[in-house]
Amino acid sequence: MDLFEYQARDLFEKHGVPVLAGAVATTAQEAEAAAEKIGGKVVIKAQVKVGGRGKAGGVKLAQNSNEAREIASKILGMDIKGHVVGKVMIAQAAPIEAEYYLAILLDRSNRTFLVMASVAGGMDIEQVAHETPEKLAKVPVNSNHGISQSEAVKIIQQAQFPADIAEQVAEVLVLIWNVFVSEDATLVEINPLVKTSDGRIIALDGKVTLDDNAGFRHPDHELLVDHSATNPLEALAKEKDLNYVKLNGEVGVIGNGAGLVMSTLDVVAYAGEKFGGVKPANFLDIGGGASAQVMADGLSIILGDPDVKSVFVNVFGGITACDAVANGIVQALEILGDKASKPIVVRLDGNNVLEGRRILNEANHPLIQQLDTMDGAAARAAELAAK
Amino acid sequence: MSILINKASRVIVQGMTGSEGTKHTRRMLASGTVIVGGVTPGKGGQVVDIDGHHLPVFNTVAEAVAATQANVSVVFVPPKFAKAAVVDAIDAALALVVVITEGIPVHDTAAFFAYAQSKGTTRLLGPNCPGIITPGESNVGIIPADITGAGPIGLVSKSGTLTYQMMYELRDIGFTTAVGIGGDPIIGTTHIDCLRAFQDDPMTEAIVMIGEIGGDAEERAAAFIKEYVTKPVVGYVAGFTAPEGKTMGHAGAIVSGSSGTAKGKKDALEAAGVQVGQTPSETARLMRALLKG
Repeated sequence: MDLFEYQARDLFEKHGVPVLAGAVATTAQEAEAAAEKIGGKVVIKAQVKVGGRGKAGGVKLAQNSNEAREIASKILGMDIKGHVVGKVMIAQAAPIEAEYYLAILLDRSNRTFLVMASVAGGMDIEQVAHETPEKLAKVPVNSNHGISQSEAVKIIQQAQFPADIAEQVAEVLVLIWNVFVSEDATLVEINPLVKTSDGRIIALDGKVTLDDNAGFRHPDHELLVDHSATNPLEALAKEKDLNYVKLNGEVGVIGNGAGLVMSTLDVVAYAGEKFGGVKPANFLDIGGGASAQVMADGLSIILGDPDVKSVFVNVFGGITACDAVANGIVQALEILGDKASKPIVVRLDGNNVLEGRRILNEANHPLIQQLDTMDGAAARAAELAAK
Repeated sequence: MSILINKASRVIVQGMTGSEGTKHTRRMLASGTVIVGGVTPGKGGQVVDIDGHHLPVFNTVAEAVAATQANVSVVFVPPKFAKAAVVDAIDAALALVVVITEGIPVHDTAAFFAYAQSKGTTRLLGPNCPGIITPGESNVGIIPADITGAGPIGLVSKSGTLTYQMMYELRDIGFTTAVGIGGDPIIGTTHIDCLRAFQDDPMTEAIVMIGEIGGDAEERAAAFIKEYVTKPVVGYVAGFTAPEGKTMGHAGAIVSGSSGTAKGKKDALEAAGVQVGQTPSETARLMRALLKG
């Protein structure tokens, strides 16, 4: 889960990382009140989980609370790269002398954690890494050892930070390591980390990604979920514990196993090229179990999607054999009754496939068509969706 | 011949007394795997009867190894306790630890992976993987054993069901070993580890490599193939239609920016001389043609 900037700021504050006063607002009035409380000049920042908001006009300086209200009313509702601004952060303004970059992240390639530090802060770090790699220090960290203050100082020196602030920046690095570990984050990034004209080191903007798998250790992380951004079908699927992602096409897809479902989406898209560019409408992995109830839940979500014109059920019978899956489909259609109203193409393969196909043939349901191969079934589903 | 496991593999099941553990122990036994016991802390001393096999339960992996000469472990322990279970297996210096558990926090995986590296005696497979099968010899994990038998193909895949699908497509030919390495951001055994082992295995004549979006493992595997692998390799990559920033089931299957795209992976593999199929069936056809040629 990616956090909003204001959530990252709050998390930083909780762990003692130096931040400026800040508050979140969903209306211009709230923004004014927050600016009043902070006092003096404030910065109004659009809260969107996408880069480039500054260039899009989503970050503005306000001289006072009156102006904060006016600016907030303009930024709220703004569309930044497809993200509608629903919240703004009101942050205390600070006189900035220098901007740096500091991050800890999961390094998949090397199967470890990585500190990245640079004195070229404030800009796109990928650009820095690409154009001036010598300005970006990258240091792996063994998760069983962590980062001590003296190791942090070495990293900061390696990144060529000015000597007079090295200790201070190193302290921040140790603090964000604590955030990274104790919150089960996969990314903690400060960009920019600033030096103010009065010599303070402050995290001015932060990005944090939390590991969804670690939710059992962090019941409080549930409060950070942004329900407003969730597609209603995705929200419904989550309630039913289904792994569903809404896409923009017309062929509803159900399968078992993440890899097979991803592959099914691709095969549908290829097949759809022959039928006016028909595309998959969703990702839905019903997992190894594939019981009748799970199949019914899955089908009901997909049939509830007005974009869906046909459904492709693609199951490889492994641990759950094809006969059980076929029974699941038949029972799911009984449970759904009249709500099932779109053609369903089924491809079964694997364990007990002949028995599975026999069950579906015998059920003789008017909506169900069976095909023997994944490619053939995808083509039929695409053809039906194009009609 | 085969890679990583064979007839001589003596397997213990960590979490055998749980429902998943019991179910899959039964299936592994049925496919001929030599299971020598289980480990469940607090339940040591019990004997579990699974289809007539009387399997002793131990409190620790070290005790299990001392009593049974086990050299492989398969882990079905829930995410909360998985790290402790894997560390226990590493402490007992097992040669191979297959972690089936899905949903382990990546900080836990990073910790036990780093621990295994520092000890240098244990290979981890997974987590969040279907395991490994050497048909007719040993089956460690949850791969259905009856899809196909022994043959000349080596298979390595991030995905479980795509592994099964590919084994099914090529069931008349058969496999030396099929390995599901898992879809998590940090995994113990990589495509490259398996490619190297298949290249070095005299019985493996050709290799199928299945990848998916996210990370750069396939790109690195492509570079490795170019440098080291002389046996024919066909490839498949899932996730061409996956949108940026959305996780597709596997925690590691996510495209961020221009990195981790299916197209980038396909291009890298093709540049290394790997024939890449557009669908699983086409990939299987490519393999057939290679073996005939």
